[in-house]
Amino acid sequence: MSDKAKMKIGIYWAASCGGCDVVTTHINEKILDLIEVADIVFWPCAMDFKYDDLRQMADGEMDVCLFNGAIRNSDHEELAELIRKKSKVLIAFGSCACFGGIPGLSNVTTAEESIRRAYLEEPTTLNPEKVLPRLEVRAPEGDLTLPRIWDTVHTLKQVVDVDYFVPGCPPTAELTGSAVDAIISGKLPPAGSVIAGNKALCDECDKVKKNEMRMIEFKAPWETEIDPEQCLMEQGIVCSGPATRSGCGAQCTKVNMPCRGCFGPPDGVEDQGAALLGAIASVVSPPAGKSIDDVFSGLRDPLGLFYRFSLADSMLRRTKISK
Amino acid sequence: MNKITIDPVTRLEGHGKIDIFLNDGGEVENAYFQVPEFRGFERFCEGRPAGELNRITPRICGVCPWAHHMASTKCLDDLYKVEPPPTAKKLREMAYSIYSFYDKIINFYFLAAPDFVVGSDAPAAERNIVGLINRVGVEIGKKVIATYKDSQKLLELLGGRTIHPVWGLPGGVSKGITDEQRKEIAEKCREYVDFAQYSIGIFHDLVLAEKKHVDVIVGDVYNMKSYYMGLVDEDNKVNFYDGHIRVVDPDGKEFARFHPRDYMDHIEEIVLPWTYLKFPYLKKVGWKGIVDGKESGLYRVAPLGRLNASDGMATPLAQKEHDRMYDTLGGKPAHHTLAFHWARLVELLYSAERALELAEDAETSGACIRNVPENTPSEGVGVVEAPRGTLFHHFWTDENGIVRKVNLIVATGNNYGAMCYSIKRAASKLIKDGKPGPELLNMVEMAFRAYDPCLACATHTLPGHTPLIVTIRDSKGEALEVVER
Repeated sequence: MSDKAKMKIGIYWAASCGGCDVVTTHINEKILDLIEVADIVFWPCAMDFKYDDLRQMADGEMDVCLFNGAIRNSDHEELAELIRKKSKVLIAFGSCACFGGIPGLSNVTTAEESIRRAYLEEPTTLNPEKVLPRLEVRAPEGDLTLPRIWDTVHTLKQVVDVDYFVPGCPPTAELTGSAVDAIISGKLPPAGSVIAGNKALCDECDKVKKNEMRMIEFKAPWETEIDPEQCLMEQGIVCSGPATRSGCGAQCTKVNMPCRGCFGPPDGVEDQGAALLGAIASVVSPPAGKSIDDVFSGLRDPLGLFYRFSLADSMLRRTKISK
Repeated sequence: MNKITIDPVTRLEGHGKIDIFLNDGGEVENAYFQVPEFRGFERFCEGRPAGELNRITPRICGVCPWAHHMASTKCLDDLYKVEPPPTAKKLREMAYSIYSFYDKIINFYFLAAPDFVVGSDAPAAERNIVGLINRVGVEIGKKVIATYKDSQKLLELLGGRTIHPVWGLPGGVSKGITDEQRKEIAEKCREYVDFAQYSIGIFHDLVLAEKKHVDVIVGDVYNMKSYYMGLVDEDNKVNFYDGHIRVVDPDGKEFARFHPRDYMDHIEEIVLPWTYLKFPYLKKVGWKGIVDGKESGLYRVAPLGRLNASDGMATPLAQKEHDRMYDTLGGKPAHHTLAFHWARLVELLYSAERALELAEDAETSGACIRNVPENTPSEGVGVVEAPRGTLFHHFWTDENGIVRKVNLIVATGNNYGAMCYSIKRAASKLIKDGKPGPELLNMVEMAFRAYDPCLACATHTLPGHTPLIVTIRDSKGEALEVVER
């Protein structure tokens, strides 16, 4: 043990799938470096701990907390506020914390409708009495409570101040390692930075642009032969690369599948979906006898494609809820 | 009535909350294991092209992404009625076996082993991977980490990404491997077989060699007589990727054997108002509540469920360890809940052996990796054995392949009723005077940790996780003790 006081690090998950916690273990041997200089004081996924320990910490006692997951219920919000208070540096880790992520697609509906679908309308669910999970239940032995699910998925920065953003669904092991190195060495970038690349994904994709980009029709990757050498957009396959931040090493296009935008928009772009739509609109070129509308009608799910990971953080945010 | 709350359940993937109610005599009256999260995947998958779902459903769970990716991909094969070429099938199963190997390393070394190797009565701060490394030695810790890292890299090479792969397409995969890559993978898999045997050695030396541990495993606290379910091949051997679903009764007799497409004839789910997770049960037995025995429709899946539901393992070393396990436990089926850990290690070895078989097969590096779908989609079912149990994906679409409806029965969900039963049983046997110490509570947690529950998965239906609160309440409903974990 060195005399120097060890750093205190926390890792928390809100509405997430756990992938961000798992990727934290993918730093592998760096775990040993990390625990040399830091104590992980709070990591519900992998270590025994008590919420009370967190409450009893002094404000700012944790040096850094990596927060993954979106904010979807009152428990998440409460924990986000508590963790913000206890942490000197709060990092939104992963696409859900940064942009709402895939669960953000729920913003096209309401909690009530999602609940109705899951508990009343699924073919294997036998529920003639239409029982739904309730916030408070009086069981014979005593009362039980559940948190309320919100209609809208929120990003972390929509509920508390965030110091850094590490995007990705999940962030890559390499990026996670860089973030850990920055934490250990104390060499964090300027507040507000996104810890990833700062160009568009196309910049690190090795597929070749053979022709002048001209989209005459949209093709789904599962419906067409894919040339592994050529730019996917040139083949008519929508790829989110032009509107997505670099930094993942073009993992998806490496195995011939299009990018779906999990790193969010690059520097200077506010709305990833709008940027992608703009990029595509500029290269759509209907063949003789067809209109632009004809070509765009081949795009079957623009919202789910353009805003796959960033709907909750977009200008759209959510569909209107009728009163 | 006294109420004990454990919240969050740590070292589990997902959030959870346990309430234990005591009566006037300080004995356990009832226990509730609540899952306080819901995510709504069923609803927001609607309107998406089905072909995108194998890139969306993995986000149900970052621990089991390959299981969801593979179940959805197989569901797309069925939806588009397209048969993948042999090379694609072998590639998929090889990758899936490597995933299964990788996942079991997380479970054994990061989540489960700390209880046994460090000890359930050790201080909370030591019951984790760091404590484990301290106990077994840094050299061994490094070996675990090196193997873990290696398997991550293979998964990335094959699936594009280790977590949330993107590789499967209806009718095949998006990229194949070269002959040389296949041979390199085979070389790695040989090391994995050694590593699996080595891990089993640790389990034998540190756990089975100690009588106090064996007594706990075969004892009365962690026992449940139930039905068991798992995918099997034509010889009724365990298979993770494909086959028929077999169910055995608590006496080990075959109760049902059916094609995955017929799952709706056999499984039904009930909603209880105090939790967001539904309870599946065998439709032909019926829902009798959270109880054990032949009259109760509760069934168990995942490692012990699969082994109990099968006639053994398809690879030689795993079969040998399978036999050793059942010899020790007194025959098949084994109802000992903590034997899930042992069964998981049998499967660790099977995964490595199976991956090796496929990597040694020249056809796995064949050139034909895809058949492009030509049929009009309408309905498809895909089933695989996720590490945490049988996983069902079922999609309905319009003629353009746009999703109209999705039904998901996820791995951990199958075990929900059994987990609730096991928690109540352990609590009843361990809490006698209304004053449980922290070690006793950890032993209650062990009851469900054995299932390696993945509540992110289970709550596919809005946001997902597993911290835990155990509240002990007295007979007037006042909280006597709240234990947060």
